[in-house]
Amino acid sequence: MIPLKKVIQVLLGDESVKESWQYIIINYRVPKAIVAVLVGAGLGVSGLLMQTLFRNPLAGPYVLGLSSGASLGVAIVILGASLFGGVLGQFLVTKWSLIIASSGGSFLVLLAVVIVSSRVKDTMAILIIGLMFASVTAALVSVLSYFSTAEELQRYIFWSFGSLGNLTWDELTILFGAFVIGIGLTIYSIKSLNVLLLGDNYAQSLGLNIKKHRFVLILATSILAGSITSFVGPIAFIGLAVPHLTKLLFDTSNHKILVPAVLLSGSILLLLCDSISQLPMSEFTLPINAVTSLFGAPVVIWLLVRKKKLFV
Amino acid sequence: MSLKSEKHIVLKVDNLSIGYQTKKSQTIVAENINFELAKGELIGLIGANGIGKSTLLKTITKSQKALNGAVFVKEKSLEDISNMTLAKEMSVVLTENVAQTNLSVQELIALGRQPYTNWIGTLTEEDEVKTKSAIEAIQITDLIHKKCFELSDGQLQKVMLARALAQDTDIIVLDEPTTHLDLYHKVSVLKLLQKLAKETQKTILFSTHEINVTLSLCNKLIVMKESMTHFGSPKKLIEEQAFDDLFPKDLVIFDSDSSSFKIV
Repeated sequence: MIPLKKVIQVLLGDESVKESWQYIIINYRVPKAIVAVLVGAGLGVSGLLMQTLFRNPLAGPYVLGLSSGASLGVAIVILGASLFGGVLGQFLVTKWSLIIASSGGSFLVLLAVVIVSSRVKDTMAILIIGLMFASVTAALVSVLSYFSTAEELQRYIFWSFGSLGNLTWDELTILFGAFVIGIGLTIYSIKSLNVLLLGDNYAQSLGLNIKKHRFVLILATSILAGSITSFVGPIAFIGLAVPHLTKLLFDTSNHKILVPAVLLSGSILLLLCDSISQLPMSEFTLPINAVTSLFGAPVVIWLLVRKKKLFV
Repeated sequence: MSLKSEKHIVLKVDNLSIGYQTKKSQTIVAENINFELAKGELIGLIGANGIGKSTLLKTITKSQKALNGAVFVKEKSLEDISNMTLAKEMSVVLTENVAQTNLSVQELIALGRQPYTNWIGTLTEEDEVKTKSAIEAIQITDLIHKKCFELSDGQLQKVMLARALAQDTDIIVLDEPTTHLDLYHKVSVLKLLQKLAKETQKTILFSTHEINVTLSLCNKLIVMKESMTHFGSPKKLIEEQAFDDLFPKDLVIFDSDSSSFKIV
């Protein structure tokens, strides 16, 4: 273990500390903490946007099939690389292609859900359609994995466990860029999010250009959920739970308060989950996906039992 | 100049056909609708269930396209008015349920100021004043710190009306503002609308099933029937016998002496 005092010294730029410790902290621990903050905040916000857009407290990037869409994109890149072969295969395995494939996958699924939802007015039906998309993409992934090599399959499965580590500073910069764009679009949408709470008809009667703002919200969500999923894998639970935890704690539906509050509580929650997954005093690291669900789900259940009500 | 042309017409419907357009076919719900609504008038829209009252209101508020004819808001065709401009001329209160949000009543009413606020929705001093005066006009000052999901149907109806009032438009359109309310609250909402129209010179159009109350409170009525759509003052419509075939005659008939419907 690295003593806390030494950690602070390294963070302050003291070069007298043991070099291996410096390396671990600067190239592994610090990026991981930053990734946890970006992922928690980004997934939380994308869940919040979905819940308001669909006016349904059950909506979230995972439930609506966004994560599955991203998984399909990544599966095509990782598992399909040998299928396409040659130059195209070479291009497909770069990090950029991963993020494009993943964002594209989640964007397409979300777009499909929205197109269907403009015809089907029942929000329950929309969620079921989201689940159907999820199972279709899961089926496609299993078809792809049947035809891929063991090595590729292993890469894909490790990706699907979810991991906040493994990101270099360069990759972190890309993730940060996507995060800034997604959050920027969200902040631009705060005003429209509040009227969308009243439903499309009221929103329109208040002068809102529904089509434009719905597109911006979908874009923001798929950039956030897509880029995050491509780098750290499909992380369950955070997108659904963080908005609810925040709404219960802050007792409001006003997005001027909710957006910054979700950013904050999402980062805190995932940092906490990450600390737990490191299992202090032990050699093991649990998959982050398991920790978020094991730790977070009981908290949400407890809060709901106490408050007895879910809000959009 | 005649008295009529001195009136300030804010909403004009000219030979309007309403209904639904799909790729292949057209379903006409009602056609040949003509009326002119002036400043400060309270207008009731009545008709049997399914006759197209909501469709007409949707067409007027631009959430649905007209099949034929035109709607003019202050002499400008509805098609040429952007959502944003329309939001400053016309506010709506719908039958939709919005109770499931955790916004406070104050926040909800302030949403009526959206067309006027900046990109992130900051309320200026003027917005605060307009919100406050809307709350006072509807007399719901005691509710403003409550959450929307805590309100009763009647309270929520008043809050939505206050939100429309905060939007500060010359026209307010309400779709069945009195459903779910008991007789006392029905009359109190309609009385309030009458008072608002008179005092603030707004034009208020609402659809309703409360024919008896409407006849005594409204300046004008729009009566939708299978055969045609009537428009005029209650007195004129009774003379025209517009109400006689409003419903099938086997259960209720209109008694023009008492201007109300009676069970056969």
